[in-house]
Amino acid sequence: MTRSAAKRRGNAARLGLMAVPVAFFAVFFAYPVAAIVARGLKADGTWQLGRIGEVLAQSDVRQVLWFTTWQALASTALTLLVALPGAYAFARYDFPGKQVLRAVVTVPFVLPTVVVGSAFMALVGRGGLLDDLWGFRLDTTVWAILLAHVFFNYAVVVRTVGGLWSQLDPRQEEAARMLGASRFAAWRTVTLPALAPAVAAAALMVFLFTFTSFGVVQILGGPAFSTLEVEIYRQTSEIFDLPTAAVLTMIQFVAVGSILALHAWTVRRRETALRLVDASVTARRPRGAGQWAFLGAVVATVAVLILLPLAVLVQRSFGGAGLGYYRALTEDEGGVFLVPPIEAVGNSLQYAVAATAIAVVIGGLAAVALTRRDAGRLVRGFDALLMLPLGVSAVTVGFGFLIALDEPPLDLRASWILVPLAQALVGVPFVVRTMLPVLRAVDVRLREAAAVLGASPWRAWREVDLPMVRRALLIAAGFAFAVSLGEFGATVFIARPENPTLPVAVARLLGRPGDLNYGQAMALSTILMIVCAVALLVLERLRTDRTGEF
Amino acid sequence: MGITKKVTVLAVGLGLVTLSACGSSDDGGTGGDGGGSRTVTLVSHNSWAVSKDVVAAFEKQSGYRLKVLEDGDAGQAVNKAVLTKDNPQGDVLFGVDNTLLSRALDNGLFQPYEAKGSGSILPEYRVDEDQHRVTPVDSGDICVNYDKAWFAEHDLTPPKTFDDLIKPEYKDLLVVENASTSSPGLGFLLGTAAKYGDEGWQDYWKKLKANGVKVAGGWEQAYNEEFSGSAGGRKAGADRPLVVSYASSPPAEVIYADPKPDTAPTGVAEDTCFRQVEYAGLLANAKNPEGGKALLDFLIGTTFQDDMPLNMFVYPVVEGARVPEDFARFGPQAKAPQTMEPAKIAENRDQWVKSWTSLVLR
Amino acid sequence: MLLNLESATVRFGGRAVLDAVGLGVAEHEIVCVLGPSGSGKSTLLRAVAGLQPLDSGRILLDGHDQAGVPAHRRGVGLMFQDHQLFPQRDVGGNVSFGLRMHGTPRDERRRRVEELLDLVGLPGAAGRAVAALSGGEQQRVALARALAPSPRLLMLDEPLGQLDRSLRERLVVELRELFGRLGTTVLAVTHDQGEAFALADRVVVMRDGRIAQSGTPLEVWQRPADAFVARFLGFENVVGATVTDGVAVTPWGKVPVPDGAPQGARTLLVRPAGVRLVPADEGLRCTVAARTFRGTHVAVRLRPEDAPLLEAACALRSAPEVGDEVGVEFDGAEITVLG
Repeated sequence: MTRSAAKRRGNAARLGLMAVPVAFFAVFFAYPVAAIVARGLKADGTWQLGRIGEVLAQSDVRQVLWFTTWQALASTALTLLVALPGAYAFARYDFPGKQVLRAVVTVPFVLPTVVVGSAFMALVGRGGLLDDLWGFRLDTTVWAILLAHVFFNYAVVVRTVGGLWSQLDPRQEEAARMLGASRFAAWRTVTLPALAPAVAAAALMVFLFTFTSFGVVQILGGPAFSTLEVEIYRQTSEIFDLPTAAVLTMIQFVAVGSILALHAWTVRRRETALRLVDASVTARRPRGAGQWAFLGAVVATVAVLILLPLAVLVQRSFGGAGLGYYRALTEDEGGVFLVPPIEAVGNSLQYAVAATAIAVVIGGLAAVALTRRDAGRLVRGFDALLMLPLGVSAVTVGFGFLIALDEPPLDLRASWILVPLAQALVGVPFVVRTMLPVLRAVDVRLREAAAVLGASPWRAWREVDLPMVRRALLIAAGFAFAVSLGEFGATVFIARPENPTLPVAVARLLGRPGDLNYGQAMALSTILMIVCAVALLVLERLRTDRTGEF
Repeated sequence: MGITKKVTVLAVGLGLVTLSACGSSDDGGTGGDGGGSRTVTLVSHNSWAVSKDVVAAFEKQSGYRLKVLEDGDAGQAVNKAVLTKDNPQGDVLFGVDNTLLSRALDNGLFQPYEAKGSGSILPEYRVDEDQHRVTPVDSGDICVNYDKAWFAEHDLTPPKTFDDLIKPEYKDLLVVENASTSSPGLGFLLGTAAKYGDEGWQDYWKKLKANGVKVAGGWEQAYNEEFSGSAGGRKAGADRPLVVSYASSPPAEVIYADPKPDTAPTGVAEDTCFRQVEYAGLLANAKNPEGGKALLDFLIGTTFQDDMPLNMFVYPVVEGARVPEDFARFGPQAKAPQTMEPAKIAENRDQWVKSWTSLVLR
Repeated sequence: MLLNLESATVRFGGRAVLDAVGLGVAEHEIVCVLGPSGSGKSTLLRAVAGLQPLDSGRILLDGHDQAGVPAHRRGVGLMFQDHQLFPQRDVGGNVSFGLRMHGTPRDERRRRVEELLDLVGLPGAAGRAVAALSGGEQQRVALARALAPSPRLLMLDEPLGQLDRSLRERLVVELRELFGRLGTTVLAVTHDQGEAFALADRVVVMRDGRIAQSGTPLEVWQRPADAFVARFLGFENVVGATVTDGVAVTPWGKVPVPDGAPQGARTLLVRPAGVRLVPADEGLRCTVAARTFRGTHVAVRLRPEDAPLLEAACALRSAPEVGDEVGVEFDGAEITVLG
């Protein structure tokens, strides 16, 4: 076989792998979003492109765009600043309770903003920790928004960056130290460049999340702050001005698209094959006062920023009646729900398992197809495309689903599968982003070694790549699971009173007056936290149990 | 359905507990398969709530199985119904309130049907009487609630009217919702517009702002975080004893308390109310119009109307429906609420919300 | 002494990996630590480098205690076993890394990189990608990188471990010549005795975290300190014996020992050259169990009746065949009484 024929065959195989994710995104993302935008911009069969100029000319739209952008940039920078030391501590130190803590920091990520917003007030709001200690409050300031974004996205950085970090050979840094680099210089010149793809991926995800922030801005910033996402929600849900919503969606698209292009450009220049080792050999107990102090500072940050708000939630779930709120969850009072609220746990798990399965299959196929960096432009474009769902409003996608997927065989509007499908849209980018840097870091010679030992490409992948990315895969699956567990925006579109998910049930209970409703909401949020933490712990356990296999 | 089974198998395979089936295995497709379908689909906003035995009563009485789709908040549910007008998701849409009614009617969302028993609907709720495109189902009053304990402690009389709220003794006490994203927030704004007129309301709000009104994003934040009289507010140390909520909130505070207190911890400022009415209608291209009609009949029947108050915390709209004792005692309906024609609301709301936003928020 | 270790101890868990090690390295000296894997030799290097803190004891460089001096301030270089070249940088970037860390100006750096690459035999390779280098080339780049900041002490961890034999033998000579020319002080660790003897001025044998013996290659070779060292050096004819008046009683019979050998119950080393083959009816009667061609001689493995195997070294021409019956006599000059 000639060289070019081999290459063609490789490209064909990659395109084949990509077919499934491409189809998935075309049907469940591109088509619905295009449909709703077209509906907005087309009146009486003609395109009303003049609307774009009209909307852009409004000064408050420009203001919103400016605020959305700068708060997202500031939030991303702050999150990296706070979470990178955490990623280091989790990757390189062994300490008691590490696994539990790693699961706990991911919990905020799954909690509905309406719940966590209130708990976060205990940190920055009236009578909160800051108020108690130093007498100042941050609620209704932009700082509350920024800090809450750190709170929500801490785990994104710790997991994405920490995952790769724990597999980097520590002796690379030692080699630099032996050449006269200080601890920090060694990190900056050796580790940081190696981590760059993971850091960039984490930063991108945090940026997209904060750029499209909705609940945090509403609850903690108060009504004075508005992001594009809030405006799109208002125009679509409240004012029903679809043309304006369509223009805003397109603005968001362009903004997110430029960021993705920038990201793709920087990452491609940085990625190199790395020296990866088993994560279990790189972590060790801290030594000396300095390292313990560093670890202490990381744990203290986590305690104040993440554990404290969560603890407030737990504390509020115990009323004067002790476990009364929890008992009430099991009672079938038939009013708010047709079932005892506790059944929401089962519903949530079921959706989450389905969404995780979809996200892992779709995201995994995409990541494998994208592994080779010398792949064509088409493939690289697809890489960026996969991230777009993070930058599009849930309202837009939800309305798009409704008008696009309304004919058999794709009339899924009333089907429960729509919920995990929508959730998987958000999960797939996580799977791809978490797996891709690791897949690309696998030394190609290992695959070649497998090939000369008689392994087919698929077999080589299974025997060589899979064991190395299994950890990343589990992290990715954990993310997809957590995202789905806490997902609210898409779920409310299709919720059924007879099987609400946990976040829907919590929102329901919070939406009514009365001590019992509030208490049950807190109790159910606590359960959601625990379910998430346990699920993540089980995933971590799975990993350690199987290390012997490989 | 195959997928449900697969997911269950997968769940077991992943070592998770065996989960109850997702409950959708008996979907008959969207809104059934034509007139002969035995399933009737109700599309609602996500505040829909009803007792199980009442659903059973409907299914037994009509012979249809009831399927409910909750489709986002009230605004989303209506907007989506407009978008899917030609191929609707269900047969009946419930939850169109008077702030949204014109949008629904102008877009031709409903087909006419005069529900059996509509003669017993109280006159003040009747609309569209020449075409009968919608049927009123419930009503609720958006009013300022006050924290009784706070006012007792501070030896202050709670406010009663809109005018009271701008008095200096009530400075920094009121929290309202963002009128542009919250339904009670919009209701309260419309109440002031009805009271002070198309021009006068802005003046009123200037004074309200000068008197320290606080704006929260939504009802949950205002009531659960900022209002000192709620369970959440007490735990969070909230310091605002006045909040825009519903006339039914005080009875809810009693009913959802354990043990049940003798009096409500909160009260309603009687002359600050704006009346909200929710309507239901038969969707224009309903696949099961007969089932839809039966459902509409049922919604204004006494079985449903009696059950409704304690589930959705609203008041019945038909003569002879029982108002629960706790409602009558702790949250009587406003005697003279502010009201506004749906057409007038439709005409002005966007402009008013915009002016309100720049007046109060910026 | 440039480097002094005083009772240096490192414990992993409860186990002492370095157990009260005392060691000195003089300026311009090349010291090779020799030991099997797990003997603590890599930990020794890491401790000197400052990458592994001591649990007790001291490390002095130029007489200054290094406790609390971070790795990058110790002025020592370490060449890692698997090189640890930075994959993100090209050859020049790797070699100039240490110079950059020390603030060397750009022009000076470029000059040094060229000079060093010439020195290690890779002229003009500065622009090449690290991943494209062969094993030997990587080795040379790693060496150039370690030499670049002119460390006062250069440490090598299994410096030639991954290379093929002929390359290793050539490089070890080059290295010794290079270090001699540059006056570099070197502390190397290896498990390969040939490498150690060829490279070192002094050899230190380690066992279980302790120093078993220290001396010039010749001293260690000629007088292993104990049975462990002897066996580690590749000697197989090591047995217990009772020495009295120039004669040792061993399982192989009575064997002559050099004058002045210590008396009593001892361990005896018989070098292969001290096992002389004679006709089968003379001396100790043995069967030839195996023979291995060693280039300059043939190693013959002999099985006596009721005694441990014996290894003998024979000239190529006179080596017996497997299965032959031979007799054995012992040469006292090639026999050492240990410890």
